[in-house]
Amino acid sequence: MLRKDNKLHLLLIAPVAISFLAFFLIPLARLFLIGGSGENGWLAYLSAFTEPRYIESMLTTLLLSTLVTAVTLAISGVAGVFLARNQFKGHAALTAMLTLPLAFPGVVIGFMIIMLGGRQGLVPTVTDWISGERIVFAYSLVGLFIGYVYFSIPRTILTVMAAAEKLDPRLEEAARSLGAKPLQVVAHVVVPALYPAFLAAGAICFATAMGAFGTAFTLATKINVLPMVIYTEFTMQANIAMAAALSFVLGLITWLALALARSLTGAGVAAAA
Amino acid sequence: MMRRSKNFWLLLAFTASVSIFLILPVVLSVLAGLTKDYFVGLSSGLTLDWVIKVWTEYQRSILLSVGIALACLVCSLLLGVPAAYVLFKRNSGWSRAAEELMMMPVALPGIATALALIATYGAVGEFRTHWTFILVGHVLFTLPFMVRSVLAVMHSIELNVLEEGARSLGASFTQRFFSVTLPNCAPGILAGSLMVLTLSMGEFNMTLLLHTPFTQTLPVGLADAYASLRIEVASAYTVIFFLIIVPLLIAMQAAKRLTRTS
Repeated sequence: MLRKDNKLHLLLIAPVAISFLAFFLIPLARLFLIGGSGENGWLAYLSAFTEPRYIESMLTTLLLSTLVTAVTLAISGVAGVFLARNQFKGHAALTAMLTLPLAFPGVVIGFMIIMLGGRQGLVPTVTDWISGERIVFAYSLVGLFIGYVYFSIPRTILTVMAAAEKLDPRLEEAARSLGAKPLQVVAHVVVPALYPAFLAAGAICFATAMGAFGTAFTLATKINVLPMVIYTEFTMQANIAMAAALSFVLGLITWLALALARSLTGAGVAAAA
Repeated sequence: MMRRSKNFWLLLAFTASVSIFLILPVVLSVLAGLTKDYFVGLSSGLTLDWVIKVWTEYQRSILLSVGIALACLVCSLLLGVPAAYVLFKRNSGWSRAAEELMMMPVALPGIATALALIATYGAVGEFRTHWTFILVGHVLFTLPFMVRSVLAVMHSIELNVLEEGARSLGASFTQRFFSVTLPNCAPGILAGSLMVLTLSMGEFNMTLLLHTPFTQTLPVGLADAYASLRIEVASAYTVIFFLIIVPLLIAMQAAKRLTRTS
């Protein structure tokens, strides 16, 4: 590398480095200090795991995210492999429909769930018509769960499809010719081969469900997930120290989930976000 | 026509029902936004009144979001393309660490980044109430997507070989950058740009805390409409959002196909 290049590269990277330092690293460091400046001091960072109401919302959020990840992977895994393996009339239209909500923000996802299961939604109207009872599910954890699955399906399907297209069909044929049943082929050939893609997509799914906020905000302020708790601590209680400590803990969890998936599957994972 | 197995039809039915689950609420909200009275149903007649009402009331939010998205694009181009170039050139442990660090605003929940910005710059009066305060958050969040999109193309086209060729012919850095690097990375820059616009238009997690009554963006206005207005107005607002975001999405998919075939 020439010395002239060093100078040039420094010049090119300097604007990003300076803005990143000023608008991200320094604010983050400050937030960390604020987290320890409340009435409980640095113990605030522990209270996410010790104080009952935070433990409850922590467990709710973890459980919800795990469930969302599992269900999304199952649905997208089946649909994604199917779409990658079969060509038929309407294939493109089906894929387009499945990936349309890709860029919907959380608030809009929340509204989609209200359209399905809200007070004036489709499901309550249909159940009212069938059994005379309006089943409204939008403004609860069930609504949030369905919303996060809705949100995660498009990107997970894309990841699975991309991975499945690279998978050599001859492997499956070989297994079949050796007498493996369809389910055995899936369990012993397809799933192991797609494992890295599943892990990557699952980690992103989990991390978004942990940190997402817009959907919960739209559905109900009473839903007790961690990002909502942080928001209420900050706006209603004006307890910025606790809000800061909780967001650090939350950030650590999402970052760890993503880093873990990346280290387990190699460098390619990041590209799926 | 090939004969399909029973499994094929079973899986097709499953995949189709998933797509119906995703599309149905979109269709419902478009209908609700164009219906006179959603409670009564389509028989009450179709109307554009709700859309016009939303446009007159929320015009400022919508235009502000478009403005911020465009400014965000300019920033992420000016910062991101040179950054991607350097990261590509240095390709060492350090540059991978820098790339990882740059990803952090995406990995971190938006609410945390917003709190950090408010804690640090919230007291700077003019800045706090200015739209550039939101812009800062959006650039932090979208920049990694631009950098990664451009980096991916640089790796796939073996930019080093192209550049060395130009250098051996005596081209200066500026000449190489504008006549070799930029044109060859165009697909990545295009894909990254569409991604940045889409993400900025829809960003809510950070913006809810970063915005002030003077700087309400489209998604914040949406949340407001969802919470307090009748379903037809909320739907009409959503329709306007779809009209902006869906073309961007289609363009994004087309750009992806372009990079794959080229």
